[in-house]
Amino acid sequence: MPQLQFREAIREAMQEEMRRDDRVFLMGEEVAEYDGAYKVSQGMLAEFGPKRIIDTPISELGFSGIGVGAAMNGLIPIVEFMTFNFSIVGVDQILNNAAKIRYMSGGQVNMPIIFRGPNAAAGQLGATHSVAYESFFSYFPGLKVIYASEPYDAKGLLKSAIRDGNPIIFMESEQMYGLKGEVPEEEYLIPIGKGKIKREGDDVTIVAHGKMLYVARQAAEQLAKDGIECEIIDPRTIKPFDIDLVIESVKKTNRVVLVDESHPFGGVASEVGFLIQRDAFDYLDAPVQRVTLPDVPAPFAKNLYDIWFPDTKQVIAAVKAVTYTN
Amino acid sequence: MTKTADTAFTPTGFVYKSTVLPEATKKDHKKLGLSNDDVIALFKEMYLQRRFEERAAQMYQKGKFGGFLHLYIGQEAISSATNYVLQPDDDIITAYRDHGLGLVRGISPKAGMAELFGKGAGCSNGKGGSMHFFNAEQHFWGGHGIVGAHIPVGAGMAFANKYLDNGRISISFFGDGAVDQGALHEALNLAQLWKLPAIFAVENNGYSMGTAVQRHTATDIYKRALAYDMKHAVINGMDLFSMIDSLQQISKDVRENSIPYFVEIRTYRYKGHSMSDPGNYRTKEELDEFKQIDPIERLKTYMLDKKIIKQDEIDAIMDDINAEVLEAVEFADSTDFPDPDTLYDHIFTGEQLIHDHKKTTFLD
Repeated sequence: MPQLQFREAIREAMQEEMRRDDRVFLMGEEVAEYDGAYKVSQGMLAEFGPKRIIDTPISELGFSGIGVGAAMNGLIPIVEFMTFNFSIVGVDQILNNAAKIRYMSGGQVNMPIIFRGPNAAAGQLGATHSVAYESFFSYFPGLKVIYASEPYDAKGLLKSAIRDGNPIIFMESEQMYGLKGEVPEEEYLIPIGKGKIKREGDDVTIVAHGKMLYVARQAAEQLAKDGIECEIIDPRTIKPFDIDLVIESVKKTNRVVLVDESHPFGGVASEVGFLIQRDAFDYLDAPVQRVTLPDVPAPFAKNLYDIWFPDTKQVIAAVKAVTYTN
Repeated sequence: MTKTADTAFTPTGFVYKSTVLPEATKKDHKKLGLSNDDVIALFKEMYLQRRFEERAAQMYQKGKFGGFLHLYIGQEAISSATNYVLQPDDDIITAYRDHGLGLVRGISPKAGMAELFGKGAGCSNGKGGSMHFFNAEQHFWGGHGIVGAHIPVGAGMAFANKYLDNGRISISFFGDGAVDQGALHEALNLAQLWKLPAIFAVENNGYSMGTAVQRHTATDIYKRALAYDMKHAVINGMDLFSMIDSLQQISKDVRENSIPYFVEIRTYRYKGHSMSDPGNYRTKEELDEFKQIDPIERLKTYMLDKKIIKQDEIDAIMDDINAEVLEAVEFADSTDFPDPDTLYDHIFTGEQLIHDHKKTTFLD
């Protein structure tokens, strides 16, 4: 099976869907002539031309709104944000228009639109460029939120998203774009809302999405040496959230650690932790624990950043807390 | 050093004459290509909007429905001219003062009134209310409540029309208050850069809620277009024929040349911003001055002068419309509220995904 970079997997998903459906187009800052700020759309201008691969000004409110209007009027826009940190300038278009117009019109209006781009921290970029927005977007009815962690998942989920017919937030990461993974040559789709067990184990369930999958994996490898076998679940989709898969696993392991690169208050871990305590209360042998960012903006200095960002040691400590081991 | 005691930021004091109307067109209906029947049809349409809203206001005051109610009364020449000039599949989008444009774009008085009453038979199935009338089948795309937020959306409709090369154009209406929003500027820049076939139409009725135009925006509104080198016009919105005359030329230019156009329509709303507004920020003289040039009354006089119609025929038309609106009120009052299950419809196409619904709400 071919090995593809994460960025190549996303590119292939867009290319295949654009070849399949003329209504699909890509717009965003530097997506065309610059070949993509992170080279996700490299070569797409050459293949599809300037009608379908469209450079925008730095005007997130304007081009997000144009995407919304285009979606209402028969097209399927893929709106790329250079990062989701910049989506906030135009977020009214996502929260008030993309997410609500179908409902407010009593179902008369369709809103097939993808907002995609990198999310969350990516090293020393400072406080404004480092926010994990998946729980923020998941708060709003009318949006589906996908945050893939591996090239295979990213491609299959993005293709499903483009065909879904609804407003979708599709999150990536600057730090994952270069990661390689096996991606089949033949076409496949991954259903939105289905998580996946990425590592099997009987002792502790770890739920980790996005970049946190890799932190969780490293922790699991080290813990295995001490005889603690972790089961890692990657929800892949934040909303709808595949809570059934998590509960199933918790019933087996009776212990859970949630690894979430959001801040703690109202983050993904808050919601998932709540659901687990309610739906698997009698199965839990320890309180649900979470590892998140601290409730602190992202620092710049390398040493401060390293403290701030969740790491393997913290996950190991949390697993030891739920297993009552030292 | 600045004397802070004398400092004021927003210009203060009373502003008389919030909006100055440009000259009306000299062309008569024949010169504009309207038949006598066209004129009569436009009169009916304008009068229907007027009566619909007068009755809606009464019903609101009687407590028949809640929420906000922003009336279009005084501005009906704009909606009617727009619908007359544009093709039926051109795309129209507007702000929350949306009943008039909804009615001219095929929302029946019954469906409109039922929406105000929050009934299932409403034009948005009771999900939208006064501010969110929709008739997507006839390319009326709402009804939007956040000031200025639908302007880029209107540009996006034009983008789709250009992309699909379908010959259609879009027109986005918004109030003078919306010109102060960044969304307008981003939409204008993109529309001009991408040559979108889009008309951006400000309905300058003199007030952004209770703040006169001179108190909320720094220059003449049409000058927004100059910065983007965009074609623009200032139109007398109290005069039906002026609206038709200008829009005929503008829509042709926009359609044939795929360009955006910025239009400042000067008009006046007779009623408050919403039902709770006593209008203390303006004078009775100003209001009366505009009522003297009421577009519906003047069209009536025109039709009689030109012998297009006789007084008794006008009376009969008005009686019919009054009856139609009353029937709509009775319908809205008696028809059912939405089925409770519809609360959960229309969030997504396909399966409705509602997070943790049953266990969170403790509903059956």
